[in-house]
Amino acid sequence: MRIGIPKETGGGQTLVAGTPDTVVKLQKLGYEVVVEAGAGEAASIEDAQYEAAGAAIVDRAGAWGADMVTCLNAPDEAALGLVREGAVIIARMNPGGNPDLVDALAHKGATALALDMVPRISRAQALDVRSSMMNVAGNRAVIEAANAFGRLFGGQVTAAGKVNPAKVYVIGVGVAGLAAIGAAGAMGAQVFASDVRAEVADQVESLGATFVEIPVVQESSDGYAKALTDEQQNKVLEVYAKQAAECDIVITTAQVPGRPAPLLLTAEAIRSMKPGSVVVDMGASELGSNSELTRPNESYTTENGVTIIGYEDLPSRMPGLASQLFGQNIVNLMKLVTKEKNGTPVFDMDDEVVRGMTATLDGAIMWPPPPVSVSAAPKEAAPEPAAAEAAPEPEKSAFEKHWWKVLVGVLAVALVFAAPASMQSHFVVFALACVVGFYVITGVSHSLHTPLMSVTNAVSGIIIIGAMLLIGSADPVVAALSFIAMTIASINVFGGFLVTHRMLKMFQGSSED
Amino acid sequence: MILVEDFIQRAVALATFLFSLQSVAYIAAALLFILALAGLSRQKTAQRGNTMGIIGMAVALFATLIIVSFTAEVGGAIAVLLMLVALAIGAGIGIYKAKHVQMTAMPELVAMLHSFVGAAAVIVGFTSFLTTPGADTPENAFHMGEVGLAVFIGAVTLTGSIVAYLKLSAKMSGKPLTLPGRNAINLGIVIASLLLIVWLIFTRGVVAGLFPLVLLTILALLLGAHLVLAIGGGDMPVVVSMLNSLSGWAAAMAGFTLGNDLLIITGALVGSSGAYLSYIMCQGMNRSFASVILGGFGDGATPKSGGGEAKDYGDYTTTTPEEVAEMLEAADSVVIAPGYGMAVAQAQFPVAELARKLIAKGKDVKFGIHPVAGRMPGHMNVLLAEAKVPYDNVYEMDEIDDDFDSVDVVLVIGANDTVNPAALTEPDSPIAGMPVMHVWEAEKVVVSKRSMGAGYAGVQNPLFFNDNTDMLLGDAKESVEAINAALQ
Repeated sequence: MRIGIPKETGGGQTLVAGTPDTVVKLQKLGYEVVVEAGAGEAASIEDAQYEAAGAAIVDRAGAWGADMVTCLNAPDEAALGLVREGAVIIARMNPGGNPDLVDALAHKGATALALDMVPRISRAQALDVRSSMMNVAGNRAVIEAANAFGRLFGGQVTAAGKVNPAKVYVIGVGVAGLAAIGAAGAMGAQVFASDVRAEVADQVESLGATFVEIPVVQESSDGYAKALTDEQQNKVLEVYAKQAAECDIVITTAQVPGRPAPLLLTAEAIRSMKPGSVVVDMGASELGSNSELTRPNESYTTENGVTIIGYEDLPSRMPGLASQLFGQNIVNLMKLVTKEKNGTPVFDMDDEVVRGMTATLDGAIMWPPPPVSVSAAPKEAAPEPAAAEAAPEPEKSAFEKHWWKVLVGVLAVALVFAAPASMQSHFVVFALACVVGFYVITGVSHSLHTPLMSVTNAVSGIIIIGAMLLIGSADPVVAALSFIAMTIASINVFGGFLVTHRMLKMFQGSSED
Repeated sequence: MILVEDFIQRAVALATFLFSLQSVAYIAAALLFILALAGLSRQKTAQRGNTMGIIGMAVALFATLIIVSFTAEVGGAIAVLLMLVALAIGAGIGIYKAKHVQMTAMPELVAMLHSFVGAAAVIVGFTSFLTTPGADTPENAFHMGEVGLAVFIGAVTLTGSIVAYLKLSAKMSGKPLTLPGRNAINLGIVIASLLLIVWLIFTRGVVAGLFPLVLLTILALLLGAHLVLAIGGGDMPVVVSMLNSLSGWAAAMAGFTLGNDLLIITGALVGSSGAYLSYIMCQGMNRSFASVILGGFGDGATPKSGGGEAKDYGDYTTTTPEEVAEMLEAADSVVIAPGYGMAVAQAQFPVAELARKLIAKGKDVKFGIHPVAGRMPGHMNVLLAEAKVPYDNVYEMDEIDDDFDSVDVVLVIGANDTVNPAALTEPDSPIAGMPVMHVWEAEKVVVSKRSMGAGYAGVQNPLFFNDNTDMLLGDAKESVEAINAALQ
């Protein structure tokens, strides 16, 4: 099958759905790849590089007319006209919000896979373009903030005085938020973060940032934070405002798919921020933004000197990297649907990942898919049952626990009383040796278990003494048996000590390295 | 008259001398053995401990040799000759075996050596019985009881060790033999044996006592074999240690029959330390002594098992040595988790080389060792030490288990059950509750494994089907060598 990679036409779109690297990988799966001339220009990839990777350079009609088309966003009307009957279209298309597009694709008899509808399950991570794009965006948000911020991120003590590190506050700890925390921390800033999902606190702390708690508890079953009620919202906003006033840079990352982004920073909150502060609103859009004062796709400074950056196209500002990640997501998708590596995709509707992203299949409308309710939860929940199992068993009564000890004690006492006088000293010796044997090895290190066992084995060859004492017997049977016993016991003595010696020598040799 | 007195005086002096010699030698040997065991508890003193043991044994042997040369009924020269020949034969075989054993075959050798102690204890019991059969003396009941116990424990050790040896050397299937009512059989044999010992106590003379003694021996031999047959391969480390303990008790019992304190001390030392070692190991597997001894993997859990196999964990992804090499190049911290598969494939040398290469590249390389990895305790440590892996880089499960989430790549080499998350997540799994290494918390896991077959416990491992797990199928040695080649 032939895969077409067209040049993106959307305003300001700098990405491309394939790079020379991913083109090679697609060919390994058995596909032929054609690339529209100039497709990679904005991402600094020349046509010659695609050609060198084995792709053919074609015109616009050639790319859109391929058996399968991979692109960033759903085709516009003009492009749709170029799509052939029964083609496969792979793009972000928001089928829930674009019923017309889905109808049009179905009318074409096309199979449409919506990259923005990959279920949020761990297996699907590899092909989730939202994750990879949000990762790029989160990193870029920090760079944009650093650019607009008038100071360094890292603190310094110099001959010219002390410079405090920048305080960065990240609201919403999804993929983008975590990327931002990581990037800001790496640049030396002191990072704080909040999220309505309290369970992400560990992730925040794992990146060296401080989690700022929010007095609202919320669970999520589909991997996204849900919108909050008004009352909750007000409480939360207070926390955000208070923390924002203390910080130099605020990065907001909240988005709810298909709906306006939730408001996180009120106009009042921004007015309380210090002059020179920077807000990067990653939820900015015409529908609604995280900050009340955001102007979508614009960067400006408010009256009180706070710069608000509302770029919607943060990944496009790193086109090379973003294109590579996007292309790799598509390669991973193709791996999933091309198990035979024969260049013929098989769309398995029993696979919840493929099913979840299929908007149309051979002209039939498949949207919406049955719900998939899996997040990272099972992974994290795993240790819990173990902890539960480790809980102590119900306490037994003292009698149940200790009766056998008492029994052994009574038997031992009875035995000593019944024994002839000549035996008594042997009992003392025996009991003392048992205790000593127990104590001398209590501290044994794990790596020495085997040598210890082998040396005790050699030592238990002491039974040889028993055989020796009887070997001089006048009874030939006894003498013969003793001879045999002595022989096999001495195998044990010599073999045991030598093996132990060999093992220990290796240990010592290795410790000197 | 003077001549006779002189002779008597000399004889008494000799007897006193021999008695003192024996006491001194035995005290010295006993102390040296204690120091030997104590020394073996720490790396630094281990070699010295072994030397102490050797000296102790030499002292005991030499002193006994001298005593026997004076007291032998057949004449000193003959007795000494017999002893030296026996020692020479035994030493020849023992040294040959010990020198030529592969480090991977160590568990088998140790198991086999246990069987020799068991056999020797049985024979000493018999000879002790032949020289001092049942008689109307006050010590009789005790003496005969001790003979019975020595023979019983020795015989159990003998066949138990042989079966353990056969299972460990794969000359016999590792699967537990689960006869119906096997616990009843064992209990029946134990009770019958006790009755036979009582019978033995009431016999007078060799002929009368021989029958119950032989019957007792046969029953005990059966019991030993049956006990170990019923224990699954996964529990073999504990069994070997338990047999070690038993061989000690057998020696102690033989000591009682002969009234020899050195045998009693040494036997009890080995017996109790072996018992404690077994206990430590049972803890490592989160099993009780009883559940190990009473039978195969999952006694009582048997109706529950099987759930593991039917489960469908989805697809697994395979990888190539070249990809693994790339992954390792990119990683900062690497943990290698070896298992029995590494021993089988003799992969410890390439694994050690891999570790050295990665360390040279500035990576943080650790070995994570599960307490029951391999077929005997410390099995992995022995192999890694053989391959000269610096033991500072070798960590126990407990030391490393909390850190897996900060590890970039975990390389699992021939381990299965010890890294099986099902032990934590599936309460009906036969290995449920066993502590396992949380390797799946690492960024990436690569499992080098011969095939997708199940491990010793016979359960499937969901780890292999995780998204962050890649399978590197094939012989562990070849795989690791290929990674080494790709790393250059």
